[in-house]
Amino acid sequence: MPQSFPQDSVGIVTPQIIHFEQPLPLACGRQLDSYELIVETYGTLNADTSNAVLVCHALSGNHHLAGFHSEQESKPGWWDSAIGPGKPIDTNTFFVIGLNNLGGCHGSTGPQSINPETGKPFGPDFPIMTVPDWVESQARLADHFGIQQWAAVVGGSLGGMQALQWAIDYPQRLRHCLIIAAAPRLSAQNIAFNEVARQAITRDPDFNNGHFYENGNVPKTGLMLARMLGHITYLSDDGMREKFGRELREGKISYDFNPQFEVESYLRYQGERFSTAFDANTYLLMTKALDYFDPAADYGHNLAEAVRNALCKFMVISFTSDWRFSPERSREIVDALVAAEKKVSYAEVDSDHGHDAFLIPNPRYMDIYSAYMKQVASDIPPTSKENN
Amino acid sequence: MRADLEIIQEWIAPNSKVLDLGCGNGELLAFLQQQKQITGYGVEVDHDNITACLEKGVNVIEKNIDEGLASIDDSSFDTVIMTQALQVMYRPDQIVDEMLRIGKECIVTFPNFGHWRARGYLAFRGKMPVSKFLPYTWYNTPNIHFCTFKDFEQLCVERNIHILDRTVVDNEHKHHWSIRLWPNMLGEIAIYRITR
Repeated sequence: MPQSFPQDSVGIVTPQIIHFEQPLPLACGRQLDSYELIVETYGTLNADTSNAVLVCHALSGNHHLAGFHSEQESKPGWWDSAIGPGKPIDTNTFFVIGLNNLGGCHGSTGPQSINPETGKPFGPDFPIMTVPDWVESQARLADHFGIQQWAAVVGGSLGGMQALQWAIDYPQRLRHCLIIAAAPRLSAQNIAFNEVARQAITRDPDFNNGHFYENGNVPKTGLMLARMLGHITYLSDDGMREKFGRELREGKISYDFNPQFEVESYLRYQGERFSTAFDANTYLLMTKALDYFDPAADYGHNLAEAVRNALCKFMVISFTSDWRFSPERSREIVDALVAAEKKVSYAEVDSDHGHDAFLIPNPRYMDIYSAYMKQVASDIPPTSKENN
Repeated sequence: MRADLEIIQEWIAPNSKVLDLGCGNGELLAFLQQQKQITGYGVEVDHDNITACLEKGVNVIEKNIDEGLASIDDSSFDTVIMTQALQVMYRPDQIVDEMLRIGKECIVTFPNFGHWRARGYLAFRGKMPVSKFLPYTWYNTPNIHFCTFKDFEQLCVERNIHILDRTVVDNEHKHHWSIRLWPNMLGEIAIYRITR
């Protein structure tokens, strides 16, 4: 008998793989001759495809946004708190698509895929992907589903950057853009953290210049260190104090180098878990996509000029304790949108959860998210509501 | 719609660009969007009001106005509005300057501390006025910079601010002939349209 899922869960979901034969030219100058995207969808696409919402993932995310792959799966998809019947992205209203981006390690073409030219995994030879490259691949995904215009493109962190890029690259193809816990480009400090993470991976002897698939060893230590470092930047000082304080696992100091503070064992656990579940080449590639993201660069470093042609409405949300992409960074986006006379709303949500706050339900965050998505729903053309 | 907003909306040109500082639940902007096809934004700090704006489809930006409006370009709005919020500002004079910098015209409304009831309260009871309209006590009031019509008009003279229109209304937002005759004594709310 099927286990019962919560009423507001999308329940059991099954991913699908979509094959693309049309070559995809990339910012780096290379191209992917053909590629696959793994996607999950929730809800029902209406007759004129006007109720579709694209959700873009962040650094380590994937296509599994909501629901469960099986009755045995202990945790739902990564944005289950926001997607489902009656949730902010209400699957009774919207048809929601989540995908794993190119270069990912969860089923879309990426470093683990076989390079048709060599018959071996791409590994480090997989082309570096950029946010505009991903948006282009997502536009083709929209074509595949017959979606001319998204009701909304939504994303947090690196996902929010993709949403912003959508508004710039395809102004006609989205009505709303939700940019959550993002930044218009990385700061030197952000890039510095990414570089330490990359060094941790590439200097792991098991990394083998990225060709580690053949010999069966994975650079676990490097990935673990990268994740531990990343994880610190996703939490806030207050949040860590609240969660771990200076609690000791054994209740006393042992005067050795074993993990004694709770925070140490937590980070090791997170790092180790990640190191077996994620691909090192993908991690490197995702951090590069972050570093390179700078839509204003093509417009004389003027973000207002970059968004000048956007046609959609924007909702920008930041979190008070997020120091990876702080509220100031979101305000840069808002200021540029106001200067460009775009329709934009902005909310700054109180949270102790740092950058991770965008993944964690909090009453005010969910209120804002729901209120805005109701606006998105009301902008679905009425004819299609009747057809639905 | 709140009666002072009813008066203000008459001063807003169709298709103009409006910034409403302290926009509350977005009532005025929603009305202006529908009736006058204006574009613009509300600025608000209250969480419930922000959600109410989002539900109405009003662009709302969470921002503490006391932190300044420096990110907004000069003369980028046709009208900048601030209703019943001037008295809660840390530096009302600087806010008015900023409003006049970013707006071609500004509309400001505030409670008149020179109203006879407020005068009487202080004169006869010797205590800071508390009324239905000014319900706070001195220690918990958000209203930190009360002024009278005369005070505000003096500020306008000192700062070379040109008063385009002035309406004075009572608690019910009506303006009788007597208020027009003796505004600083009988008017409870001042509505000014100013420019520089």
